[in-house]
Amino acid sequence: MSGHNESILREPLITGKDITYAKITDDILMPVENKPNRAWWIGFIVSLCGASLWVFAVSYTFWFGIGAWGLNKTVGWAWDITGFVWWVGIGHAGTLISAVLLLFRQNWRNSINRSAEAMTIFAVICAATYVVSHMGRPWLAYWVLPLPNQFGSLWVNFNSPLVWDMFAISTYFSVSLLFWYTGLLPDIATIRDRAVGMRKKVYTVLSFGWNGNVKTWQRFETVSLILAGISTPLVLSVHTIVSMDFATSVIPGWHTTIFPPYFVAGAIFSGFAMVLTLLLVARKVLGLENYITMFHIESMNKIIILTGSIVGVAYLTEFFIAWYSGSEYEQYAFINRATGPYWWAYWMMMTCNVISPQLLWFKKIRTSIAATWILSIVVNIGMWFERFVIIVTSLHRDYLPSSWAMFTPTWVDVSVFVGSIGLFFTLFLLFLRVLPSIAIAEVKLLLKSASEQSKMELIKDGHLDKEQVAEYIESLDKFDSVKQEEYAKI
Amino acid sequence: MSNIKYILGSFGDPDEMMHGIEKLQENNIKIHDVYTPMPIHGIEAKLGIKRSRLDIAAFFFGITGTITMLTGVYLATVVDWPINIGGKTHFALPDFIPITFELTILFCAFGLVGSYYASTHLFPGRAPRVMDLRASNDRFIIAVDAKENTDHTKIDELLKGAGALEVKHNERKYISYE
Repeated sequence: MSGHNESILREPLITGKDITYAKITDDILMPVENKPNRAWWIGFIVSLCGASLWVFAVSYTFWFGIGAWGLNKTVGWAWDITGFVWWVGIGHAGTLISAVLLLFRQNWRNSINRSAEAMTIFAVICAATYVVSHMGRPWLAYWVLPLPNQFGSLWVNFNSPLVWDMFAISTYFSVSLLFWYTGLLPDIATIRDRAVGMRKKVYTVLSFGWNGNVKTWQRFETVSLILAGISTPLVLSVHTIVSMDFATSVIPGWHTTIFPPYFVAGAIFSGFAMVLTLLLVARKVLGLENYITMFHIESMNKIIILTGSIVGVAYLTEFFIAWYSGSEYEQYAFINRATGPYWWAYWMMMTCNVISPQLLWFKKIRTSIAATWILSIVVNIGMWFERFVIIVTSLHRDYLPSSWAMFTPTWVDVSVFVGSIGLFFTLFLLFLRVLPSIAIAEVKLLLKSASEQSKMELIKDGHLDKEQVAEYIESLDKFDSVKQEEYAKI
Repeated sequence: MSNIKYILGSFGDPDEMMHGIEKLQENNIKIHDVYTPMPIHGIEAKLGIKRSRLDIAAFFFGITGTITMLTGVYLATVVDWPINIGGKTHFALPDFIPITFELTILFCAFGLVGSYYASTHLFPGRAPRVMDLRASNDRFIIAVDAKENTDHTKIDELLKGAGALEVKHNERKYISYE
């Protein structure tokens, strides 16, 4: 906080010279208060085409039924649930960043939490659409809720993980939305106080009358902390329950106790990858290099390598346990994954999730923007294949060889998936235009203690340990937004 | 008698603002409120803001969620429509732990945020009670009620002395009202 100096050994969270509170506001609100540039329009139009494809493909499914997909009698779950789990997984990073990192007092979360949370919400929206479209009769979607009804008061099956999943996803979505919106209030108030005319009216309604007085701020911090405390187990529970959709069944390859931790690690892995994919572009296009620094990128890469390695260990453990179980069906399921007709999906998953993220052990790679961006996309591809491998290759060769089958997606399957990516980016790009993509108030908190300029002042004062200063200046090498010449002069 | 309702000390730095609060308090000048663009730690102790009881509320909202789910599931699976699944118990508690947990979190979060909005009067469309438009941007504002504290020159001096960049004498309480 203000009035105390952070250790010089900690890398700065805000870089650049002459950063003031006003400059932070101006920089972050630049995309909100100005007309979008060409890059935004191109991105938006392409995404909108994707979103239209999604509307068309989902409408087609509603009209003609699930028969429009490539499912068959053996493979009853395939492309659709793959997309669902993929999106839910991606939706894990936002709340992880805002909740878990808040509990651990990781201040670098302050400049990435807002967009990561927005991403979470949009990813969960994409995931939810898969559930609804797979229902076949989506107009009866409310049947998944335990509502009193006219059918002899028949209840949902509370013993079913699919019902648990409904509770988990809807709780996760609404709590994330609440957390995100409450955090947005002070920043919406900032936009409101600078706007005029119609914009002012709209942001006035959205700001809930926020005025930033002492009591509101103090309660705000209490609320954030408690929400973080309850969201942390919530994040872990959501993908645990998603994994139980599979793990509580008796299908070889699914019926494993390792699923919950392994799915959660995979979710964080893919979530951070998606955050990087989006933020590396956003920071460049919106000129936010001073707030989303190389330190943030490197930290996220470290989380990716940790969770990626956990996922790798889980893959190997699964294989070992299949052998160790002595169960013939279990063993066949795994041998079939690696060497059967879908071997390419398995090895795609292994390469993208386990092998290529190991490159991040090299500091050169994890502090290179281009390499990080490519790897983040590779991870997303790998995580899609992971779900495909788990779902399709476990199902396509069941107990009865006469019913063995292959799954081939139809154009509707592919369009729903590609379209959902379009929908996701459409929502994200709109978000960048109308709401601040970085939590303004939270970044301002860091200015006096954790910014490059405050540390520069400390160095100039000259009361610091020389070795520590040298180490600090060396750590700034990797930053693309820091000028080393400034330090040479001191 | 002047028409000045509030005197605002506008600071550019949170530490100077804290200093200003101390200065005013040393001279027994009551501070109406302080408006800042970000949370300032330690300020609530100075201004005598009581500890929030939202955590207690959150706990009870959570417990309500737990009880609601367990009761609801009991009524559905035991009282209203018991189903014999391989002779297993109707109230299979381990199966209901995930959903009970989810409902606990759901009730806790909505109850907590609802109480927060209610207690700080936040709701959609509420007219913002803003004394200085830069309080949400780069200024830290100390507001002093000019009717209660009549020695205006002294207040001005204290605020300026503490480092206020600007001292405003507002004739209206909230400038955000049109």
